[in-house]
Amino acid sequence: MAHGTGNFRRAGITVFVALLLLTAVTVLVSYVDLGLWNAVVALLIASVKASLVALFFMHLKSENRLVWGFALVPIAFLALIIFGTLVDTMLR
Amino acid sequence: MSGTSTEHHDPAVAFESAKLGLWTFLATEVLLFGALFTAYTVFRMKYPELFRVEHAKLDRVLGAVNTVVLITSSFTVVLGVDAIKRGKTRLLEVCYGATILLAAVFLCVKYVEYAAKFHHGLYPRTNLFFSLYFVMTGLHGIHVLLGMGLLSYVIVLSRRGRLSASYYTPAEMSGLYWHFVDLVWIYLFPLLYLLG
Repeated sequence: MAHGTGNFRRAGITVFVALLLLTAVTVLVSYVDLGLWNAVVALLIASVKASLVALFFMHLKSENRLVWGFALVPIAFLALIIFGTLVDTMLR
Repeated sequence: MSGTSTEHHDPAVAFESAKLGLWTFLATEVLLFGALFTAYTVFRMKYPELFRVEHAKLDRVLGAVNTVVLITSSFTVVLGVDAIKRGKTRLLEVCYGATILLAAVFLCVKYVEYAAKFHHGLYPRTNLFFSLYFVMTGLHGIHVLLGMGLLSYVIVLSRRGRLSASYYTPAEMSGLYWHFVDLVWIYLFPLLYLLG
């Protein structure tokens, strides 16, 4: 259960630096007008950052399938809710 | 199922149960914030021009500073959990103390932002964009406050000698919760401050 290793800390520092760099990139890109692509890039970067936090900070990477299920099912539901609501509101 | 009563006292099983309980709670949190993200998506597609004009009234530099503050506060939680896994209670207290301090910085910046918005006559009732802005950042802010309380409680437990390398469940669970609060902000920041 307890794996407090140097490796773990090194991974933590790498992820931390990556998160800071990605924040810088997303802010810089927001000053450039790419039209619709601004939204795509911003959401893509946010999702990469969120994945890094979940995989390494919340160590989902080393969790079993049950925990993965608990993490992914609500996201699938959220996607379904957003999709369903959009279909309803856009086609009305 | 003959061994049920002994399994409950197995520390490893207790840890796994606590973890599943916390992830279940986080699932309800995803849907709580999810309702607001859905409202945001619907209104953004319906009134793109309103969102384009209004989002420019937010200070993206302050938003970026707060993003860095929150990411750093998550990193100190990682260091804290790593410390207690090696039995270093003092280091855990320092790391979680740093997280609480960073959380306070985050809320102070948020206060400055809210004050500036009110000063310019921008309130939750002003328009749809600012309704969403205040409700989403407000709900997130309440979560930050709650997290500060939880992390303080972990420090108290540690000072009372209740945590060790073999039992650190409260530190781990409050850490998971804190990362989730960070995660929500990772989406709030580009959606509210950056997208035109």
